[in-house]
Amino acid sequence: MSTVVKTVNLVKIYQDGAVPVPAVRGVDLQVEPGEFIAIMGPSGSGKSTLIHMLGGLDTRTSGEIWLDGKRADTLSESAWALLRRKKVGFVFQFFNLVANMTVGDNVELPALLAGASPKVARERRESLLGALNLTDRADASPAKLSGGEQQRVALARALANQPSVLLADEPTGNLDSRNTRDVLRLLSEVHKEGQTIVMVTHDARVASLADRVVSLFDGEIVDDGRISRRRTGTAGEVIDLR
Amino acid sequence: MRLHLLALLAKEPAHGYELKQALEQTFGSAYPSPNIGQIYVTLGRLEKDGLVKAVDVEQSNRPNKKVYYLTAKGRDVLTTWVDEPTEGPRVRDEFFMKLVLAPLTGIADRMALISRQRRHYLSLMSDLNDLLVHTPPTDRVATLLIEGAMLHLQADLDWLERCQEDLA
Ligand SMILES: Nc1ncnc2c1ncn2[C@@H]1O[C@H](COP(=O)(O)OP(=O)(O)OP(=O)(O)O)[C@@H](O)[C@H]1O
Ligand SMILES: [Mg+2]
Repeated sequence: MSTVVKTVNLVKIYQDGAVPVPAVRGVDLQVEPGEFIAIMGPSGSGKSTLIHMLGGLDTRTSGEIWLDGKRADTLSESAWALLRRKKVGFVFQFFNLVANMTVGDNVELPALLAGASPKVARERRESLLGALNLTDRADASPAKLSGGEQQRVALARALANQPSVLLADEPTGNLDSRNTRDVLRLLSEVHKEGQTIVMVTHDARVASLADRVVSLFDGEIVDDGRISRRRTGTAGEVIDLR
Repeated sequence: MRLHLLALLAKEPAHGYELKQALEQTFGSAYPSPNIGQIYVTLGRLEKDGLVKAVDVEQSNRPNKKVYYLTAKGRDVLTTWVDEPTEGPRVRDEFFMKLVLAPLTGIADRMALISRQRRHYLSLMSDLNDLLVHTPPTDRVATLLIEGAMLHLQADLDWLERCQEDLA
């Protein structure tokens, strides 16, 4: 299997204001199949800009973006949209659910759009809503949900078409610790099943599930490496009570 | 451990091994399993300081065992401990000293120090995550301990980011 996501010298300069803002400045990133990558860094370091470009939601200024071995940045907008539907699941920093659809339909739609049979799409919907403790909210409209519930629906929706890569921007930003636990469990489950994940997060619990952490600073990668696991087993070495 | 043992003895008299078991049962998997030798040494010191007393209890077919109980002085010390406000864990000043001093001497680059420290915190967090997954939710004390450690780590990471923004 080929590299799922690859960028070559990726640059984004916002030119809409009086002064151009270089938000991403020459990022080379490779994500292998099944890898879980956490992107961290201070506010304004370019995390959202980078992940939006990977998902085709924002255009690059220069450089290359490859998805599943295909050059993506040179595609037309409609071709991008098609590719996205098939290969990418996206959770936005400020979740956007379709307001006039039920929670359940929001989750089911991406699988249907990606060409899954109604039966498969329905099964996927049930299992994701179940995993995130949202089964009893399936018929509600998104506006009636709390921020944390909407966030979980957005995650379920992004996973619905079993995308080549899940791109998520702060998917636990609005969650309390109990809801974060559901999300963490689901993330580590789908990761174990081979889901490739690229996730922007400030949440250390989420980041610590990742195989690799990529740190951005001023639009550049300043660190890219694995998170070592010690597998101590005994708690005493982790928590020192004295 | 002195005060932890006093607290357990305030509940009921016990011998050393019972205290070890009580610590394990109360704190569950999150407590570094106490060493029995260390417990006996601590009990000996408490006895010398007049905070506990021991009586020999005869056992059939076995050597006598020493059962410890709290003295009035021991209870006073325990009450003072409980009533006092407690110091919180401090920021990692050792890392901060490295961060401030190492670049001055040219030994290390701040960005590299911060990156390495971030990965270290994340790997600790990953250990805590594993621990939490393997702790039954019914074990409330252990769960809360682990969650507390996680929140401290999160604060350390947030602070690291502040250092990066301001110093790097
Ligand atoms: N549409 C835009 N037009 C102009 N500048 C922008 C735009 N979007 C982002 N920027 C700028 O680009 C830089 C990177 O922004 P980005 O949103 O990628 O940061 P971030 O790392 O996601 O931050 P946060 O942690 O706060 O979400 C910032 O300086 C920001 O002000
Ligand atoms: Mg952002």
